[in-house]
Amino acid sequence: MSALIEISGLSKRFGGFQAVDNVSFDVARGEVLGFLGPNGAGKSTTMRMLAGFITPTAGRARICGFDVATQGVAARRRLGYLPEGAPTYPDMLVRDFLAFTGRIRGYSGGELWDRVEHAIGLTTLQSVRLQPIETLSKGFKRRVGLAQSLLHDPDVLVLDEPTDGLDPNQKHEVRALIAQMAPRKAIIISTHILEEVDAVCTRAIVITGGRVVADATPAELEKLHPSHRLDDVFRQLTTKAA
Amino acid sequence: MRATFIVARRELASYFATPVAVVFIVIFLALQGALTFNLGNFFDRNQADLGPFFNFLPWVLLLLVPALTMRLWAEERRLGTIELLLTLPITQGQAVLGKFLAAWAFCLLALLLTFPFIITVNYLGHPDNAVIACGYLGAFLVAGCFLALGGAVSASTKNQVIAFVLAVAFCFLVTVTSTPLVTDFLARSTPILATIARRVAVAERYQSMTRGVISLRDLIYFASFIGFFLFVNTVVVDHRRAD
Repeated sequence: MSALIEISGLSKRFGGFQAVDNVSFDVARGEVLGFLGPNGAGKSTTMRMLAGFITPTAGRARICGFDVATQGVAARRRLGYLPEGAPTYPDMLVRDFLAFTGRIRGYSGGELWDRVEHAIGLTTLQSVRLQPIETLSKGFKRRVGLAQSLLHDPDVLVLDEPTDGLDPNQKHEVRALIAQMAPRKAIIISTHILEEVDAVCTRAIVITGGRVVADATPAELEKLHPSHRLDDVFRQLTTKAA
Repeated sequence: MRATFIVARRELASYFATPVAVVFIVIFLALQGALTFNLGNFFDRNQADLGPFFNFLPWVLLLLVPALTMRLWAEERRLGTIELLLTLPITQGQAVLGKFLAAWAFCLLALLLTFPFIITVNYLGHPDNAVIACGYLGAFLVAGCFLALGGAVSASTKNQVIAFVLAVAFCFLVTVTSTPLVTDFLARSTPILATIARRVAVAERYQSMTRGVISLRDLIYFASFIGFFLFVNTVVVDHRRAD
């Protein structure tokens, strides 16, 4: 079976700064790809290009076979995307915000509200469904963003730091949710929490200075350093190249 | 088209979720009332028409419409929601048009709420209500022009103050260029510039509409003015979305 996410030769220059440099990888159904790297390594830029928010300088990205640049709407219909910082409209109620994204995705009537309630259930937002988003804590806001990305049960999930700002229990829930959905989807999560890679990822890519410096399973990565600890491997990979 | 209306609906709801809607409408009505009745000598003129009302309207719109448009895109940029909006399965054109239609519908509501003027003038005399309707259409189109212009400005900055000031300046420019002050000045040196200035200006076409004249040329002018700036808006959003 072909990959649901195909990225080939993706590059992005901002003025004189090469943010992403010739990144290529595929993600197949059932894979959870952990996207690792220090801050400013190009993780978010790569994800934004994949989501069609930033136009690449070179290379291309496909979602379920649809080119993000030329068949953007078709590609984005199959994508659930949580942008960095989980932006949401602060003056909307949680339920209305989710209904808005659901309507845009083509749902209406009973099906729309079923989807909204399902997404609320998955991310345990029941207690705040009628609250304005601006009154919520950081962890809740993050989960509203996550609910939005799951609402249409997409084949491809791209989550930029989905567990940032969550407490340990919430982190555990989100990881369990990702693990539970994993067999049916192709998922990319970016993180700099290395324990997360062990917990949910079937594969990890380490990126630094815009380049991919490792692409392996977590177990293989651990073997790269004598200590067999992921954070030592991470430090070795990202400081060497920088 | 469906996605356009969903975007418009959310945008319109956001005006009413915040004090924006109330403040805008109250100030708009208060300004229009004060200018028409006091400065415009509405009663002393002894004429049953809405002349003073329509004379002041573009100036009030020129001040208030940019207050609506300044947040249109600048706010999305500041909150980061532009990334959410543009990664939903809609085109940029749909997002731009949706936001514009929401703001335009809101202006229509504000204009409709000036209905006491129509009642007053009908109570006091026998005005030509067709001319009044024509003036309202003109005002609605002028609001559309200012919104399209302001929207394009808003798309190019993250800073709402800059978006507001620039939009007021540009709206002022397209309003003032057809006034005798400007055209006479231009006519003295280069007459062709005076003709161009009169042609591109919003105000003169609006004024002929307030006198009850609707010409196809003016309608085409308004439609292309709005269309052009919506297009500019789309291009700017596409080009600068991640900045």
